[in-house]
Order: sequence, then C-alpha cells, then structure tokens
Amino acid sequence: MNILKKSAYAGTLESSDAYIHVSPIQENEIKLILESSVEEIYGEAIEELVVQTLKEMKINNILVKVQDKGALDFVIKARLQAAILRACESNEPVWEELS
Amino acid sequence: MKLRRSMLFVPGSNTSMVCNAFIYKPDTVMFDLEDSVALSEKDSARLMVFHALQHFVYKNVETAVRVNPLDSPYGLLDLEAVVRAGTDIVRLPKTDTVEDVLNMQDAIEKIEEKIGRTKKTQLLAAIESAEGVVNAVNIARCSDRLMGIALGAEDFVRDLHTQRTKQGSELMAARSQILLAARAAKIHAFDSVFSDVKDKEGFLAEVKYVKGLGFDGKSLVNPNQISVLHDAYAPSQTDVDWSLEVIEAAKEAEEKGLGVVSLDGRMVDAPIIARAKWTLELAVASGMIRE
Amino acid sequence: MENTKKAFAGISKNINLEDRNSKILSSIEEAVKKSGLKDGMTISFHHAFRGGDRVLNAVLSVIAKMGFKDLTVASSSLASVHDEIIEHIESGVVTQLYTSGLRSKLGEAISSGIMKNPVQIHSHGGRVQLLQSGELSVDVAFIGVPCIDKYGNASGYKGRSKCGSLGYAMSDAQYAKYVIALSETMEPYPNLPASISQDQVDSIVMVDEVGDPSQIGEGATRMTTNPKELLLARRTARVIENSGLFKEGFSIQTGTGGASLATTLFLSEKMEEKGITASFGLGGITGTMVYMLKRGLIKTLLDVQSFDEFAAKSLGENPNHIEISANEYANFGSKGAAIKQLDVVVLSALEIDTDFNVNVITGSKGILRGASGGHSDTAAEAKLSIIVAPLTRGRIPTITKKVNTIVTPGGSVDVVVTDQGIAVHPRNTELKEKLIKAGLTIVDINELYERAIQLCGKPKDIEYTDKVVAQIRYRDGSVLDEVKQLAK
Repeated sequence: MNILKKSAYAGTLESSDAYIHVSPIQENEIKLILESSVEEIYGEAIEELVVQTLKEMKINNILVKVQDKGALDFVIKARLQAAILRACESNEPVWEELS
Repeated sequence: MKLRRSMLFVPGSNTSMVCNAFIYKPDTVMFDLEDSVALSEKDSARLMVFHALQHFVYKNVETAVRVNPLDSPYGLLDLEAVVRAGTDIVRLPKTDTVEDVLNMQDAIEKIEEKIGRTKKTQLLAAIESAEGVVNAVNIARCSDRLMGIALGAEDFVRDLHTQRTKQGSELMAARSQILLAARAAKIHAFDSVFSDVKDKEGFLAEVKYVKGLGFDGKSLVNPNQISVLHDAYAPSQTDVDWSLEVIEAAKEAEEKGLGVVSLDGRMVDAPIIARAKWTLELAVASGMIRE
Repeated sequence: MENTKKAFAGISKNINLEDRNSKILSSIEEAVKKSGLKDGMTISFHHAFRGGDRVLNAVLSVIAKMGFKDLTVASSSLASVHDEIIEHIESGVVTQLYTSGLRSKLGEAISSGIMKNPVQIHSHGGRVQLLQSGELSVDVAFIGVPCIDKYGNASGYKGRSKCGSLGYAMSDAQYAKYVIALSETMEPYPNLPASISQDQVDSIVMVDEVGDPSQIGEGATRMTTNPKELLLARRTARVIENSGLFKEGFSIQTGTGGASLATTLFLSEKMEEKGITASFGLGGITGTMVYMLKRGLIKTLLDVQSFDEFAAKSLGENPNHIEISANEYANFGSKGAAIKQLDVVVLSALEIDTDFNVNVITGSKGILRGASGGHSDTAAEAKLSIIVAPLTRGRIPTITKKVNTIVTPGGSVDVVVTDQGIAVHPRNTELKEKLIKAGLTIVDINELYERAIQLCGKPKDIEYTDKVVAQIRYRDGSVLDEVKQLAK
C-alpha cells in the first residue's frame, strides 16, 4: 500500500493536459474535486478513472483535485500517478500497480 | 530492411505532442526522456511515455525512447518503464564506447527476463562525441540488438571545438564514419536533427545531401518536417516505372523457371532486383503507388 | 387606385420629396424618428465589419433609450462584440432575432433560454430567401459603410474602417423599406463605383466610427504553422487535385481558418506546377485568394465578404476582383447564384456525423457558438464539397453518431478530410476510386467515428428541456432542425 506523506502535484494547465493535486487526509475515504473543460460530457468518466487508478494503487485516504483541460484518459492517469508517487516520496514505483 | 526515413522527436513532457505525434505518420516516433525534459519533470514524463507506449494509437507505428544515461539517477527507471511498456527501440544517448552499448544491453536483458518480455527490445546508439565516432565501427557491430546508429551533431561539434554551419563541413568526417560503420554492420544510419524549423529550404538541402551520402533517414524535431523529408526520399516516377518492370520481369522469369532475368535484352541480376523492390517500398510509403 | 393617376405615383410612400436633397441627419436618434420606426417592427444590420462592428451596439442603445420595445433584430450575422444585445433582450427591446451566427455570451444566454421566441438561424443565401419570401420584412435597415457621399453612394474599400465587400448589406438595401446609412468618411459626390447606391438610401448619419480596423480582419489571414492544420491542408489539396475537377478553368471557394488558407496555398503550388488556372474564386475572400489573383492563378474573384484588409484593399484596386451581393452569391431563390457555377468548396465543421450531416452552430456542450454562413448553400450546389476537420479537438470528438444540430444535410457532403483518415460519401463511388488510385487512404466514416470514441470515450448525452431556443432554417426557408434549451 502506498502512503501519502505530503501534498504534491503533477501536470500543467495547458490544453490537453491536467493539473492534479493530491494530499493525504485522516478519514478513510477518497475525496475528489473535479474541474474540467469537458465536465458535461466526460465528468463521470474522469471520476471513474480517478477512483479506479487509486484503487489499483491501493490508496484509500486522499484528497484529489483535478483541473482538467480536456486531457485523454492516459494523460490523466499518468499525471495522477506522478502526483501520488511524489506525495509518497517513492522512488521505486511498483509498475504492476500503474499499468 | 524496414523503411526508416523519419524519426520524430517527441519530448515526453509535452502532452500535446505525445497525444498527437502519431497522426503525422513518421516511420518512427521517438519519445524523449533525456535532454528535452527538465530534471523536475523526469518522473512525470516517464509515466506519460509509459502510458503513451501502451496506448492503441502507438500500436501501429514503430516507437523508440531516448532514455537518460544509465549512470544518471533516471536511466534505469526510464529503462524499466519503457521496456515494460513495450517500446520497440531504446535510443542510447551519448554512446562513446562498446561498453556503453553492452551495459545497456545487459540492463535491458535483466528487465526483459524479469517481466517475461519475449520480443527483444532493439537498440539505437546515438554517437555524439569524437570518441564515439572513432569507435563507431566497433559500436555498430557489438550487439545483435543494435538496429542503427545515429549522429547527434550538437554535442559532437562542441566536442570538436567548432560549431554547426549551413554547409556542414564540420560534420563531414562524422557522417562518413557513421555511415560506413552502419553499412559495414548492415544496420541503419541516421543523420542528426535540423533544428531551425522555419528554414524549409535549408532543411530540404540538408535532407538531399544526407540522402545522397546514403543515410536511411534523419531525426526530426517538428512534424512539419516529415512531409518534406518523405517527399525528398520519394523515388522519381521513372524509377518507379522501371522498378515495376524489373519486378514484373523477375516474376515472369521465375514462373517460366528461368535462372536469368532479362529486361529489354539486358540482364537483371539480384542486386538490381533488390534495388527495385526497395524503390517500390519507398513508392508505396510515399503514396505514389498502392501495395 | 386613386394614386396611379397622380404624378410621381410610382415612388415610395416613405419618401418625403423635400428630403431628397438633404439626406444627412445629425444623429441616429433623428434618423430613427424620421424612419417611422414603431414597436414590433424589424430592423436589420450587416456583419461586414465582423468582430470590429461598431454600428449595431450604438444603434441599439439609442433605440433602447428612445423607449422602443418588441423589435425584431435581423443581422446577417453576430459576433462576440454583440454580447450587448443580451441587455436589450432582457429589457424587452429585442424580442426576436434573425442571424446566421451566434457566439460567446449571447450564444450562451440564448442556449439557456432568455428569449421567448426561438432565434431564426439562416444561411447567407437563406437570408435573402427570407427577405424575398416576405417572412423577413425589414422596416428599417441600418447599414454601416466605410465611406459615403452626401447622397448615399457608399462603398467598403476606401476609408479608415475598410471592410471591402458590402455583399450582405446590398441585399438589405434592396429589400428594406427604409435605409439609414451610417458612415465615418464623407467623400465628394459622386462616390462611384458604389456598392450601396443613392437610390437605395433614405438618410445618412455620420458617426465617429463604424468599425475598428484592427478587429475587422482579425486572425483571418495568418498563415498557420500548426502541424495538424498543415497536414489537413495538404491532404485536402491532394483530394482536390485528384478529384477529376482539377483542370483548366475550375472554380473554388475556401473559408478562413488555418487549414483552409493553407489548402489554398498548397493548391496554388500544384496549379503552378501543372500550369492550371482557375476561372473564379468565390465567397468570403482572403489575402491568399488575392495573392492567387495577382499571380494569375485565378482569373476572377467574386467577393461577397472580404475576410481581411488585403482582400478589402484589392477589391478597390483589381478590376477582376468583383463585389457581389448575397443574392448573387448564394440565394436559393435567386435568378442566378454563383454557387451554382462552383466546382469545389472547402468547409469546416464543429461536428460531422456518420450520415455526413454537419453541425457548425452548436458546440459539444450543446451551446450556440458558431455560424451557419454559406455552409449549407455552397455544400448543396458545389460539384465537390469537402469538409475539413480534425478527428478530435482535445478530448472532444468531431465525428459523432449524430450531430447536436444539423446545419448542412449529409446529402450535400462529398468528402470528409480528417487528420486520421478521409471518408467519402458512399454515393460517390467514382470519386472514391479516383482518390484510392491516387494513393490516398479512404476509410469508412463509421471507422472514423469508432476511432474518435476509442480516443476520447463515449460522451454523455447532453440534457435539454423541451423549449426550442433556435430554429435552423434551411436555404429554402424550411425548418431543418431545432436547438433546445440546456437543462441546467
């Protein structure tokens, strides 16, 4: 299981990218704040993707803020994973959890 | 030999390029984790490329990744990510010696074994120093994973204590050496990037020049260079027509069981047939004829 | 019947005989009073100044202050500069809109349902059809012009705020009951040749500015370096080159935007290479088209709207650069619309569906943010209509199962060029063969759709209420589609 030690972010606010900020929280839950340029048509899909990615990384207590500028799924995933690994101060990713 | 005229550099930290590079149909897409990525973004770019390589849009195009040197804190992490993600080729930066290649080969083999990857990851060595150019002949022959060697001109001219010019005389020796080494080892030879993306004429002149020397292709920094390069590598209509006739004659001879192929009364031997096949492959890739 | 026996019986009732020597009035207010404008009437504007228009807002604010209510505003199109209309809708001054385009905050406000009556979206040709049929009966036309003489002869290729062609205004002047010309430059009489002529103008008001020159041709002519646009342009030029229509004397219309301009440029290279010249270039004219005219690659430009300053200037200088009215350009009911003589048109799209229907008016979220323009007119009449668009814009698919709004029916579309494949309408079997033979990869439009969805995911359906906020009028006047109010 990955433990978040601090807040961290990854990504940019450029078009087709996402800026993702994560921080550890006390409660055993996933809190997600989503802002997206395609929220009306892809908001739910992005939420599902974030939850699924967190599940794969076995993360249960986290606050995720996503500012999405129309990024494709794989970009959001890469940014989220990067933010989490930074927050976990993990240098050796467990690649099986990231695919 | 696979057609490898264009190798498009895609900075791993440039999301828009990572998401769009495939549409320009370069012969090879080369994601970069090295010089174009800031130290603070190495981890994030690595993950981006890791996922891009597995994305369906990159399944039908050859992929390469320029990883960071193994003696940097990023090299091995890069390597594990891209070998897992299924890159076709790993591009070694700054290859000076045979050991550089063999070290990379060892590291890749270990990862492949660990994850059970059966398709061998190929290697492309970028030669960017005087030492590398001097060792080019041995480098080119040292590994069966090596599919080509490439000239990295920027670092090379710095090492030579000179700078790049339009006519490119400072690269003459390196280009000749790299080309000869590649041809002797029967692998590909790639020319360096032309970084002034606005200078179309200069780019075209350089492409024609290196094509004339015998280079298979060139690394590119901008998608707009691809069509210019492909057009320059396209065979002439006369060549295509003649090649079609050669192949037709060869087919006929084979059907009739003749050992010797002749066209318009002249003998056509195996190298000519091979050349004609190559021309037609180029013609197909250039959209001149259909397969 | 009594009138017919009198002298001067044939002249318009609106004209006061004494007025005809002194058309110049001191203010918009005075002109409005004189026009006899009443609540519930229809006023019109034209959009030759595009984003730089200074006329519509100025006139509407005067009219609002004068206390008029319940007006129909018919502008040949509306740009983001016209967001001020929202206030006039809210205060009841404006209760009905006719326009080709809606954008920005105004488009959003309409989509959210601020108007009781649905906006009537028409094409450029369709607008003249509505004028002709009488549905759109303009009581007072406000026509901004860059220069004019004291008697009303007006043109667009001189003066500070050059807009070039006044093609849309010409139709307004022809059909409106009362015409007020607004201008900022007074030329000595007679200011000829004139686009709007003295016998069409009732009064003249001189104002500080009719347009902002820096905004009139904004963004239209910049040559793109965007690789995706260049790729689309190169592909489009190859489609035209191999369509069978690319021969001496062919004709072409292209729009603004990077891909369209670059297509024109790539095509001109091929024309020079093969020694082919075009008989005419049509529609909205850009600097690129002017360049082709000057190089002798195109013989004549038929200009209904000049997209940039180069085109505006050329209209006054080149004898073969001809101004045409919207009626001459594209009206379905015209005795002669140039689009009927057109070979190739290159058009853009916000969405294209698997039946080749095209949407250029609503965005992916269902909000009005585009313009019908000459899209459906030219697509229907040109021998080859090519729609050029990226397969996706960011995460938004351009190829969809069903477009949000139909502006151009699929039956008018021949080829769709995207960055990830070219689709040919199934009825064009011969064209498809030609393109394949030329080495172009042709795919089924359903494949393009599948690919777009694979990339972006399936978008959630947009939720609407039952209220109709805009009706899409086809070029013959019929209602082709409706835009509903957004649910939230």
